[in-house]
Amino acid sequence: MGESQEMDIGYVANLARIELSEEEKEKFRGQFGDILKYFDRLSEVDVEGVEPTAHAFPRHNVWDQDEARPGFSAEEALANAPAQRLDQVVVPKVIEE
Amino acid sequence: MSDTLHEMTAAELGEALAAGKTSAVEIARSFIARAEAVDEKVHAFLHRDDEDFLAQAHASDERRSKGESLGPLDGVPVAVKDVISVKGQPLTAASRILENYVSPYDATVIVKLKHAGALVWGRLNLDEFAMGSSTENSAYGATNNPWDLACVPGGSSGGSAAAVAAREAPLTLGSDTGGSIRQPAALCGVVGMKPTYGMVSRYGLAAFASSLDQIGPFSQTVEDAALLLQTISGHDPLDSTSYPAEVPDYHRALAEKPGPLKLGLPKEFFGEAIDEEVRKLVDEAIQFYRDDGHEVIEISLPMTDLSIPVYYLIATAEASSNLARYDGIRYTHRSDRAENAIDVYAKSRGEGFGEEVKRRCILGAYALSSGYYDAYYLRAQKARTLIRRDFEKAFEQVDAILTPTSPTPAFRQGERNEDPIAMYLSDVFTISTNLAGLPALSVPCGFTEAGLPVGLHIIGQAFKETDLLRVANAYDTVHSFGRKVPQL
Repeated sequence: MGESQEMDIGYVANLARIELSEEEKEKFRGQFGDILKYFDRLSEVDVEGVEPTAHAFPRHNVWDQDEARPGFSAEEALANAPAQRLDQVVVPKVIEE
Repeated sequence: MSDTLHEMTAAELGEALAAGKTSAVEIARSFIARAEAVDEKVHAFLHRDDEDFLAQAHASDERRSKGESLGPLDGVPVAVKDVISVKGQPLTAASRILENYVSPYDATVIVKLKHAGALVWGRLNLDEFAMGSSTENSAYGATNNPWDLACVPGGSSGGSAAAVAAREAPLTLGSDTGGSIRQPAALCGVVGMKPTYGMVSRYGLAAFASSLDQIGPFSQTVEDAALLLQTISGHDPLDSTSYPAEVPDYHRALAEKPGPLKLGLPKEFFGEAIDEEVRKLVDEAIQFYRDDGHEVIEISLPMTDLSIPVYYLIATAEASSNLARYDGIRYTHRSDRAENAIDVYAKSRGEGFGEEVKRRCILGAYALSSGYYDAYYLRAQKARTLIRRDFEKAFEQVDAILTPTSPTPAFRQGERNEDPIAMYLSDVFTISTNLAGLPALSVPCGFTEAGLPVGLHIIGQAFKETDLLRVANAYDTVHSFGRKVPQL
């Protein structure tokens, strides 16, 4: 990874789906520069041939019985929804006319 | 008795209840009165449902009068960090984005506590989504350290630590991703424990970094930590990373003193910049173990230097993915400025998330993004393997590892706010155990001249909580620093 590169904040904030104000962008730009520089020490370690660790004690093939269990009613499932109608979440239109 | 009930440990409350010297209702009233008296200063609680608390206490007393008590925690209050779901109670994760959210179900740890008759009470403050080391990142105001209100309680489980220290609850639950139980426990002068990854179900915990998060107990004593851990541990089919290990009888195991052990001091940890008073108090605690007949040797964890970058890459990457669920669609704040679907996401999250959460989600998205994945995320996962191997090698030599929990005592509010790296370094001694999945705890080991508590950090071997608790208990039963009550 070598020398840390400047991050394109607008691009990455869009990937993360977070709207930032201009002040936030300015503030983060400096901070990310420092943080990424700090992370650069990672480039000095030799990880050739080392297996990555995703979980400390990985478990594979965790099976469960295919049994019906009681779940939420529509009312319970929608209780926290910001907008709802006819047992459904209301969202802005996603298909262009 | 009601004057002193709130100062008692969970074990003492359990005994008093069993002996008929008090009632669950009397206990609940005592803690409500205490919270009324001190929480304005401490601000450990974000929310309290005292009516529900008293109703649970009545039910507990009724069970006991019929001879149907459910065990040592029946009638004992347990307050909960505001990231663990309790049915019918709010869960904000100290974030604006979940301001009006009410949990539709109980987390597995809560189901277990209710089965044990514990009185599940209140929502405790934290750094938003458990991201932080000071509890200053809460959208609902900071928590203050009961030993010095101008200082932070640590974080992210600052409310959980402060509530036990201020005697607003005898037991609390927190979550620990990089030290979020142990560091605030040290800064508030209480016991805090992170179990082995997989020992406690994460079902119903608002996820931060799934491969690192564990729920664990706060208490005044190691004995109480064992009692609470006993109740919340065990395999859970609802959490696919939950480990199918037997849960030993931790409390009974404490009656046995540990045989002569080999304890390791990692030279890389003690080479770090450590506050002089912290070093002195930790040295004294280490000397206790030598005097108690244990062998203390120097060990090496050569990859220690990498743990902070590795942790912050992995944790932010997992966070950016986990927090994608807070999207303004199904159960969060939705921006009223949004004009299309993408707008709903970006604007709702921009309005709902605080600064540190935004910083970490963006950093994580960057580490995972095309062109950087190999250099950052994958490389961090490989380095994580090296950190894990360091511990495996060390545990061929020693039974447990001793370090300070935090390099400094509680720092002042505002001191590290604007410098993310300085804040991240607060966790330098605790994060590598999360990366390796190991159990570890902080036990109070004295006070600085300014009266601030200091914690001894003990790291144990995977799934050997019993040994870890015994080592800690040997010290704690002699010193009992967690029993000291702050002046409030």
